[in-house]
Amino acid sequence: MTKTVEEINKKIRNRKAVVVTAEEMASVVKKDGAEKASEKVDVVTTGTFGPMCSSGVFLNFGQSKPKIKMHKVYLNDVEAYSGLAAVDAYLGATQMSRGDSLNRIKPGRFSYGGGHVIEDLISGKKIKIKASAYGTDCYPRLSYDGEIRLKDINEAIMCSPRNAYQNYNCAVNVSDKTVYTYMGILKPHLGNANYCSAGQLSPLLNDPEYRTIGPGTRIFLGGARGYVSWNGTQHNPGVQRGANGVPCKPAGTLMVTGNLKEMSPEWIKGASMTGYGASLIVAVGVPVPVLDEKIAAFCGVSDEDIYCPIVDYSKDYPQGTGRTLGKVSYAELRRGEIKVKGKTVPAASLSSYYKAREIAEKVKEWVEEGSFLLGRAQETLPGPSSNISFKSLPPDSGRGK
Amino acid sequence: MKSKKIVLHFPKDLVNKPIVYRLIKEYDLSFNILKAKILPDEEGLMVMELEGDESDYRKGVRYLKKAGVSMQPLSKDVRRDDEKCTHCGACVVCCPSEALSVNRKTGEINFETEKCIACELCIPACPTKAMVLEF
Repeated sequence: MTKTVEEINKKIRNRKAVVVTAEEMASVVKKDGAEKASEKVDVVTTGTFGPMCSSGVFLNFGQSKPKIKMHKVYLNDVEAYSGLAAVDAYLGATQMSRGDSLNRIKPGRFSYGGGHVIEDLISGKKIKIKASAYGTDCYPRLSYDGEIRLKDINEAIMCSPRNAYQNYNCAVNVSDKTVYTYMGILKPHLGNANYCSAGQLSPLLNDPEYRTIGPGTRIFLGGARGYVSWNGTQHNPGVQRGANGVPCKPAGTLMVTGNLKEMSPEWIKGASMTGYGASLIVAVGVPVPVLDEKIAAFCGVSDEDIYCPIVDYSKDYPQGTGRTLGKVSYAELRRGEIKVKGKTVPAASLSSYYKAREIAEKVKEWVEEGSFLLGRAQETLPGPSSNISFKSLPPDSGRGK
Repeated sequence: MKSKKIVLHFPKDLVNKPIVYRLIKEYDLSFNILKAKILPDEEGLMVMELEGDESDYRKGVRYLKKAGVSMQPLSKDVRRDDEKCTHCGACVVCCPSEALSVNRKTGEINFETEKCIACELCIPACPTKAMVLEF
């Protein structure tokens, strides 16, 4: 059976749509098969809540009197990029506060960065703002030093170039020293294995070939309504896939947009990755319209059918060797112990499955209430056959270290 | 009744001798071993919660000290800020005493303070700084 987004939206408006979470869909498909499931279910809701470094916010502060064209601007001592018009800036999640000792004494704590400023803004806290300028005839002010709150500025638009990674590595450390990574603290001699995906609940793992998702897809972002604006950076749809269409390694990504003023500190949190840097933990939920049997089958995926590569972060990842130590399913990871090179290794997640489930439930509630209509993608994201090749920097000139 | 969490250090030469069981047998104290690392020919460390009658407790402690065990109170506590915790699980693999664990059904991260030995390993592992040390 095939349906259109418009038909499903009509049902949502009449509160007749059948909505299930991706977790529930796995059992529906297992029980009834994909064909029946596609007749029964209209929308499958997904969710993920993990650190997403490529996140940030466009801000417009409003003008001072006399006016200023900000050349450098700092929010709680964290620099926001101001190479835009006069009082526009972009605050990135991983920017560190001035004076942070970074990794000078390893491992650095990275206790306050852009992600934390974003969380503080959403929490309604006062933020110190310091700006400097070179002064022009139309913008004579040379510096500004004051305080702002989110509600006092014109816009705060979250626009994150890469969120909701479709699948990710499982990180381990085979060396004899602890390594501090964006995948957390990895103990030596395969002391632990860290992974970071909501697996069967993850948005792009339920629409692995991006048949429904693209610019215009309405999503849950940080507790508010947001949109997919484009494919994310490093979108790499051409990777190897299983028979179920699910990529075996990091593949698709989303660029997402939403109004920071509507978001909640429960769903956007600053993060400090010891020895690595600051980041932002972001809640993303995408409702997938069950347009046909194929999509129903995709949404029926469960953790047993999703595999990720086990990668050594002491050498193979940093040196870019491309070597992996095998693969593991999210079902195994979620049980808390995996086997790597014959050794039993405790596994931990960096993304919260508990919260991912809450997000999927919340989106389900919104759709069921009729308050959240599906946004039809104006075009879908570049898919597996789009011939996108994944690029690297050319060899170093010899002057870099 | 007195109940306290204490850290015991056993010098090398004491490691092979039975000491702790006397706390029960002769001083009528009960204890719950929270962490122990005692290997032959190495200095040993034990974190325990010791409980008993006030005067028995005093006597027991005196006995330990006399036997050559040095001890100090476990005065630090690790607390979880539930507003900050996202229930990701990054802390779980760092916790040696299983005070932090995953509820495999709900995915929630449990923190059982009575199992916590205040080793602080969870603190740098937590991305949202939800695990805090209190003195």
